[in-house]
Order: sequence, then C-alpha cells, then structure tokens
Amino acid sequence: MPVSERHSKLVYDALVAAGVEVVSALPETWLVHLIRLAEDDPGMILVRLAKEEEGVGVSAGAHLAGRRSAMLMQNHGLLQSVNGIVSLAQLYKIPLLMLVSDRGHLGEPDPWQTQGGKTTRPILDALGIVTDELHDPATVQLQVARASTLAEASLSPVALLLTRDLMWEALA
Amino acid sequence: MERIECLEAIYDELRDCAVVTIMGAVAVELYSLGHRPNFFYLEHAMGLASSMGLGIALSQPDRRVVVLDGDGSVLMNLGGLTTLARYAPPNLTHIVFDNQSLLSVGGFPTATATGSDLAGIARAAGIAKAGTFTDLEAFRSAAVAAIRGDELACLVAKVEPVGPKSFHMDLHMLENRFEFQRYLRPVPDAPGDRSGGPPDPPDPQGAAP
Repeated sequence: MPVSERHSKLVYDALVAAGVEVVSALPETWLVHLIRLAEDDPGMILVRLAKEEEGVGVSAGAHLAGRRSAMLMQNHGLLQSVNGIVSLAQLYKIPLLMLVSDRGHLGEPDPWQTQGGKTTRPILDALGIVTDELHDPATVQLQVARASTLAEASLSPVALLLTRDLMWEALA
Repeated sequence: MERIECLEAIYDELRDCAVVTIMGAVAVELYSLGHRPNFFYLEHAMGLASSMGLGIALSQPDRRVVVLDGDGSVLMNLGGLTTLARYAPPNLTHIVFDNQSLLSVGGFPTATATGSDLAGIARAAGIAKAGTFTDLEAFRSAAVAAIRGDELACLVAKVEPVGPKSFHMDLHMLENRFEFQRYLRPVPDAPGDRSGGPPDPPDPQGAAP
C-alpha cells in the first residue's frame, strides 16, 4: 500500500508525545496505519465512530473528564462534523485536535474526492479554525505538539491537514 | 407519565453521577428541580449528548455517567447508538425521554409518533439492556437499577408532550461548562500529573514565561 507506514508512525508517536490518550476515528485509506497503531496501543482509548461528528462529543467528554484527545478523519469527515464543531466545541470552548486527511488537493487522482478538496481550506477558514499542514516528516512532532498546545490554551479546535506529501509514499 | 415526574423519581439517584442532558425541556426541568455541579446541560449540538457521555464514561471508568436524551436528539444520531453498543461502557446509562415530538419548536411529531421504536433500535444496535417504559414506578426502579448496575443500558421513557412554561435558565453555558469540568477533575491540574488532570502541554522549545 503506498500510504506511508513510516510517516503514519511519526504522526502517531507525535500524538502520544503530546499526551493524547483518546483517539476517535473513522477509517479512510490514508488513515489506515494511524488507526492500526491506535488499535495496537494498549495505552490508547480508540473510539471507532459511525460518523465523524460523534467524535466532537467524545472529545468534549474526554476533555471535561481530564483527558487529551485527537480526532482522525477525512476532510469529508470534517464536513460531517461542522455542526458539532460549531455548536459544541466552539460554543462551549472545547479544544479539538483534528487530524484531517487532505483528500482532493493537488495530485488527487480520484475524481470523487475533488469537490471536497476544494472546500476544505475555505471551510476551516470560515469557521475561524487555526490550520497547519503536515508536509515534512522532520517537523511533524513539533507541529503536532504546537497544535495540541494551542488547542488546549485557546480551548478551541485546531486542524492539522495530513497532506499527500507526508501520507503518500512513492513506490520505489 | 410526564418527564418532570420521571426526573423527580431519579433526582436523588443522580447525586453522584456525571449527568449530561440535551437542550430544551429536559435541561430546564432538571434545572428546576435543583441544579448541581455534576449536571451539564448541552444547549445545542443535538444528538451529541450521548457521544459526550461516552467520552466521559471511557475517560473515567470509575464514574457513573447518565445521559438524559430525547427522541428528537437520538434520531439525529442513531449511528451513535451503534458506537455506544460497540464500547458498552458499564458505567453509562442512557435515558431517552420520548414525547414523540419536537416540543420546544412547535411540537411537530418525530418518527417515534409513527411507530419508530427507539428501544428496539437500541437493542438492534447491540445494546442488550434496552427497554421502553410507560409506568412511572417501573421506570424509576429500572433507572435506579441501571445507574447502580454494571451494564450499559438504554431506557426509553414514553412521556407526555408537555414541558415547562419558560425555557429560561439562570446559568450561563460557560459557567455550567467550567463548573462541570471542575466537578469531573477534582484533582487540580498538577505538573506531570497524568492520573487526575490533563497532561502537561509538551513544550519542545523549552518553557516560556
């Protein structure tokens, strides 16, 4: 599978280093390794969702109960979650660390991902969500740590886009 | 039976639980019985009260958690029932007040008015302990047993479509939110404390003033 196992591990290790103890997820191709890592980690509470918006509720509950969490979702999962982000996370000042696979952006070969790809950044922007892009494996840990710190300090959602540069490994 | 009667019947039992309610009549009626710091009223985000309850229950397995939901909200997050069933936290009790209507927004009927059976849906989702209650005493004893018990339960209480005269609550959402957080985190956040409070924020750049 050309999704990078090595870089997925980097992202996962960065989440653990940032103190994340609860991960909610709904699978998609780019997230497969990340979710397996969460699944195999006895120290991680993994919540597999039926729909991504539930993850906002799970993260809100975890935060109020004193546990740091992260959400793993496709950008279409972000679209599914918008009401929860606005009317729970933002209304109630709940930190969310959202790792969003950046499908439909430059290099996307799947036609069905392209419409969502066009909306991802404008929607994050419209929601006022601070967003960063993970491209370079060398900076993943620092970016995840900083995103987590900002989410907790601002009690707000922060999004990290998992880009093709990072998640896709060219076949040798 | 009426929702307020059901709430009165279980009010004392909620004393030591983390309680998450939906917005509208459920919130106002519980509040009217006497607010407590362990009550959180989710004043929007319909459907997510049960997901919040799940997050709390998984994060604090030793704490009893009660979600006070409604038919309109549950119908907005039916998939969430499958997630509850999947993790089945034994410390979570999901109570659904089913008045078969969206009472606070005009009283329009929900799908339970035409036969959709929420307890049946919950059971089919995998929550073995799910039932419908039309009698107050039966509801009370089932709810008390569920809250004290060690199995995820979903109790659907069929209630009259009547609610409070006013939906005003003299409690700001954020005041409620932080009070509830303090209730759930009795141990002050201490540096390096991973058991009571949240972990220290990592600071790869070194501590800043």
